[in-house]
Amino acid sequence: MLESSADRTPYWQEPLPEDDELAQQVAHARDEHLLVDARPPAETNSLMFRAMTRTGPLFWLMVLGLGGLTFALFATWVIQMFYGLGITGLNRSVMWGPYIVNLVFFIGIGHAGTFISAALRLMRMDFRRPIARLAETVTLFGLALAALFPLIHLGRVWKVYYMFPIPTQRELWPNFRSPLLWDATAITAYLIGSTLFMYTALIPDLATARDHLTGWRKRLYGALSLGFRGTESEWSRLETLSNILSYIIIPVMFSVHTIVSWDFAMAIQPGWHSTIFGPFFIVGALFSGVAAVIIVMIIVRKAMRMGYFLREEHFNAMGIFLLILSLTWVYFYFNEYIVTWYGNLPAERAILQMLTTDASPLFYLMLFCNIIVPLGTLWSRRVRTSLPAMLVIAVFVQIGMYLERVLIVSGFLSRNELPFNWINYTPNWPEILITIGTFGFMALLYILWTRVVPIIPLWEVHEGQSRQRLPRIGRAIVPTRTEPH
Amino acid sequence: MAENNKWTMIVDLDKCTGCNACVVACHAENNVPIANEEEVIKGRGLHWIRIERYWEGEYPDIKARFLPVFCQQCGNAPCEPVCPTYASYHSDEEGLNGQIYARCVGTRYCGNNCPYKVRFFNWRAPEFDEPLNQQLNPDVPVRGAGVMEKCTFCIQRIQRVRQTPEGDYGPMTRDGDLQTACTQACPSDALIFGNLNDPESRVSRMLPNDRQARLLEHLGTEPAVYYLKGGTTNVGE
Repeated sequence: MLESSADRTPYWQEPLPEDDELAQQVAHARDEHLLVDARPPAETNSLMFRAMTRTGPLFWLMVLGLGGLTFALFATWVIQMFYGLGITGLNRSVMWGPYIVNLVFFIGIGHAGTFISAALRLMRMDFRRPIARLAETVTLFGLALAALFPLIHLGRVWKVYYMFPIPTQRELWPNFRSPLLWDATAITAYLIGSTLFMYTALIPDLATARDHLTGWRKRLYGALSLGFRGTESEWSRLETLSNILSYIIIPVMFSVHTIVSWDFAMAIQPGWHSTIFGPFFIVGALFSGVAAVIIVMIIVRKAMRMGYFLREEHFNAMGIFLLILSLTWVYFYFNEYIVTWYGNLPAERAILQMLTTDASPLFYLMLFCNIIVPLGTLWSRRVRTSLPAMLVIAVFVQIGMYLERVLIVSGFLSRNELPFNWINYTPNWPEILITIGTFGFMALLYILWTRVVPIIPLWEVHEGQSRQRLPRIGRAIVPTRTEPH
Repeated sequence: MAENNKWTMIVDLDKCTGCNACVVACHAENNVPIANEEEVIKGRGLHWIRIERYWEGEYPDIKARFLPVFCQQCGNAPCEPVCPTYASYHSDEEGLNGQIYARCVGTRYCGNNCPYKVRFFNWRAPEFDEPLNQQLNPDVPVRGAGVMEKCTFCIQRIQRVRQTPEGDYGPMTRDGDLQTACTQACPSDALIFGNLNDPESRVSRMLPNDRQARLLEHLGTEPAVYYLKGGTTNVGE
């Protein structure tokens, strides 16, 4: 006889064991693990939706402040278009500066999003569930803002369509031998891919939001959720599509930062011309990206009171991830520079000398931020589960990775084959304002986004919780995941 | 079609006195804007040909070495493939690196990839103070802000010769009829210009030469500029 689903206990009402000791273990596991601590979906949904629809004065103050920074970004850009790039500090040797650094940096922080949601999804790492969308949002806005920088960087941005492969009366196709076009292609592919990926995972949550909210939100989510009703066939299609997109987007992610690194590695500029740049840049991207996601997690948890979803276990897992990435980055960095140092070519020797003399404050600060801070602290679980400590470490990693790119782009360019052309670079106000403005713009987009979509993937959390059981093995309760297949 | 030319410059370092006449001539011929003091301090000095001055030895036993550097018109130029818009392209007919200002969007990738650092960016709209604005060369466009520019081997003079009845895709002009602004101005005959594909030309007769070397030849850029090593130009003795 078939069992009626109405008779079955829902997963969030698993009875406690009668044995006191076991009950204590269950209570402990519920404290520790989000997926074991199932609550009725209606409760967690409304937790999320309340946070989404709450916009206090502090929120609007933040919007105003960040909006001001955004205005500074675009105003400076307009001024720069009007007066020419002469208002920056760039010179005839250091022709690429912070704009290209920002391009690399913002694409870099985007890499963690895909890695966390796609790669960890395929590896069935459950700690990613509440983090996935936070990270994907970093990807989406990081990429979108990174795509601004090739434009801000251009001498004649109004002629940008010369680089598009579109048929025009010029009858001249762009030059696909140029790494810049590979770059544009890769970024476009990644932006489209990650947007689709994010949107796919959003559909069930948008449908939930449509069913729970009213007013303009209901109309918006009604349109965006594409009529998702939660039938068995819809879920199974969603699962298939998410898996396909995960497999597609991982190679795209690897290709993007490899190609960004080729902007440098394909050039014959000393210090750039290195075969290791592809994987080196990918590790650096993941490193700064995971740190960016940690910062966002801490802010979202605090500002939106998401303590139920983002727990110590998640910060612990992300801390371990960051530690591993730091070690990997150190390995690549050492490998890159020991070879250069031993090779002892004159121009490259000048670059290494520049790092330890003219640029030494930046160089040593970078090593401190990227090596000493993470490796010296993250081995401790107490540090990894302390939010203030994690915030400080993640900010240090961001500073370190930003400086790494500054040294590679404008640092290396200041030394080249003919010593007559060795010119140091100092940024002028437009680069500084545009860079700060971009961080502000990124934060602005992010906080507005958290008020428009459920920033925690509710259905992923519910799915994880429904697959979690607490079987008893001997005298112990062992949280166990059941697989549907 | 005329056979391809291979325009070549020979720089005799023994003859170069570092007088900078070539620099001035180039500015006048090619409408090269003059960077002011402030810009030069920022590292934005803009000269299609420049005299690099290197000091050898310690004071008082010190010698000055002069190295005129301009676009080397590489046969295998690093600046060409990286340009996304074909603003930097190769002219097989003349054996030159062309730079089409109108196509340039200002990514400055060519400038990064040039090991000689002879590509210049127009950081601002060019200004020519009185009376320099009265003597702009009508054969050469004035480049606007946001565009890369570089030495062209006075392509406008090459074109002018080609467009005469005798020169128009027929036999090329005789050697020496065609001078770039810098070779014309060089008082010590340190700069010699000509077509290497013409066996009768002066450059063909001078090459190969015991003293010849090309700048940063190990990079494989195949420059069209040959330097004749100097050893006796000792300023300050």
